[in-house]
Amino acid sequence: MSSGRVLKSEWTKIRSVASTVWTLGLAVVVTVGLGLLISILAKNDFDNLDARDRSVFDPTAISFAGMGLGQLAMIVFGVLVVSNEYSTGMIRTSLAAVPQRGAFLFSKITVATALALVVAMVTSFISFFVGQAAMGEHRAALGDPGVLRAVLGGGLYMTLIAVFSMGVAAMLRSPMLSLGILMPFFFLVSSILGNVSATKKIGQFLPDQAGQKIMQVVGPLDDDTPYGPWGGLAIMVAWVAVAVLGGYVLLKRRDA
Amino acid sequence: MIELEGLTKRYGEKVAVNHLTFTVRPGVVTGFLGPNGAGKSTTMRMLLGLDRPTAGDVRIDGRHYDQIRHPLKYIGALLDAKAMHGGRSAFNHLLCLAQSNGIPRSRVSEVLDTVGLTAVSRKKAKGFSLGMGQRLGIAGALLGDPQILMFDEPVNGLDPEGIHWIRNLMKGLASQGRTVFVSSHLMSEMALTADHLVVIGQGRLLADTSMADFIRQNSRSYVRLRSPQQERLLDVLHAAGITVVEAGNGTLEVDGSRAELLGELAAEHHLVLHELSPQQASLEEAFMQLTAESVEYHAHSETTPPDTSGWTAQQPPPPADQPVPEAARPLAESRPDRSGGWGEQWSRQRKPGS
Repeated sequence: MSSGRVLKSEWTKIRSVASTVWTLGLAVVVTVGLGLLISILAKNDFDNLDARDRSVFDPTAISFAGMGLGQLAMIVFGVLVVSNEYSTGMIRTSLAAVPQRGAFLFSKITVATALALVVAMVTSFISFFVGQAAMGEHRAALGDPGVLRAVLGGGLYMTLIAVFSMGVAAMLRSPMLSLGILMPFFFLVSSILGNVSATKKIGQFLPDQAGQKIMQVVGPLDDDTPYGPWGGLAIMVAWVAVAVLGGYVLLKRRDA
Repeated sequence: MIELEGLTKRYGEKVAVNHLTFTVRPGVVTGFLGPNGAGKSTTMRMLLGLDRPTAGDVRIDGRHYDQIRHPLKYIGALLDAKAMHGGRSAFNHLLCLAQSNGIPRSRVSEVLDTVGLTAVSRKKAKGFSLGMGQRLGIAGALLGDPQILMFDEPVNGLDPEGIHWIRNLMKGLASQGRTVFVSSHLMSEMALTADHLVVIGQGRLLADTSMADFIRQNSRSYVRLRSPQQERLLDVLHAAGITVVEAGNGTLEVDGSRAELLGELAAEHHLVLHELSPQQASLEEAFMQLTAESVEYHAHSETTPPDTSGWTAQQPPPPADQPVPEAARPLAESRPDRSGGWGEQWSRQRKPGS
């Protein structure tokens, strides 16, 4: 129905608070900066690698190394966009203006996702080019097989992380609780579960572990991951869909 | 027109709103009165579809709130002054509300002007005082030029000038034929603004009456009498066929306003009077009496002096919101110039306890 108006309203909301600028700005700076640093280190270390390691040297994935930290800023962005409504009490004013709760939540998520997508794509491409420039003769080119997919995938990955956070924040409402769960989970817990052999079978199906597959151009040796790059992204999309749906169902049922 | 029918809200065991049925009519200011925790805000939230009723129904001109397209053009509400993002400017706060309901941008400046916030429209709301936040909330309610307006405790945090302004605003809106529904826990405030009165206590309807009727029924006038010869005075009054109520502390109350008659009667019988004063029970007292049963948070009078006959009875009661620590009170409040001296007060103070 009037969702065009609600989208416009949500855009006004998102552009008129400072947290949007600093969270997204931080995501760009951290991802690109850390990616550059690790690219330089990787290039200098290349000569020390043995033949086996050189065969799996993945300059594209290395230039995205900053995302592990940069995604935390995307998480903060996603959480704040939704939970700000609750922590400030704005939610009552918002729902009085737009009592159709589905229209309210999905307009908000649409606008925030579109903005996150633009920023994430820009971040991914800059990270790639800056990283490759630092890699010298070991660089990958955008035209190499699988590289463009990985760079676009990097943008999609960061966007999906933000949307997942929006869904979780819609369920939990509290910014502190949402961040307290999401940040350590994606920074530590998930990578531990995904890399320890005992838990790897389950860990590789976690949203970030599955989603990161798309950023690999040269897979590791004896790679037994049961899904490909797009399959991994699909798993992540499924997680995001569940989180957003959960947020919607709870918003619909709860008192504001 | 707002119609509530058997509206009920239960939070677990606790019933916040209990089977409320009443109607808010257009063209008048309807006051919604009740002590803190009576269920006023919960009722208003259910009206706006924010909280779901456990039972019953509330309709606005026959429709549920979420069935209304562009509700801000239909009903404007001030729920609480803090229901906004502090990091957003006043202008942008109103702009995002206006956009969601297809209200033109120019209207934002208009309502900012109406509430007197034009000068600070680009300032972030978190720097606003409670009164300014309240004005911004009222601007949000007026944004869609709605036929129905609802204000939850609008005078909270306003200075006297602001209170005067909001009173006139509400009366003006009602005189334009709009429905104005305003909640308060202050009877005196309602007496000045409301034409119709709905009183609730512990979620139950206690009164639904016009203000004029309420005043007529509840503003009792009486005469207060005190006499050292109380027993004889009672006999004399009784013999004259006058009904007396013993109000405690040696005071008697006689309904009506016949102070002269009572004074002459006492003189005839050579009775000493220490007090003979015409009294008017305030609406506030009437309201408190009405809701006395249902006040949720009774203040427990920890400050009651142990010895009412001594000096402590003359002390002004300490302000309820800043309790004086028990141990500090005798010193903090002692006034050596009043009686005997510091030592005497000390010994009197100790007697009842030791």
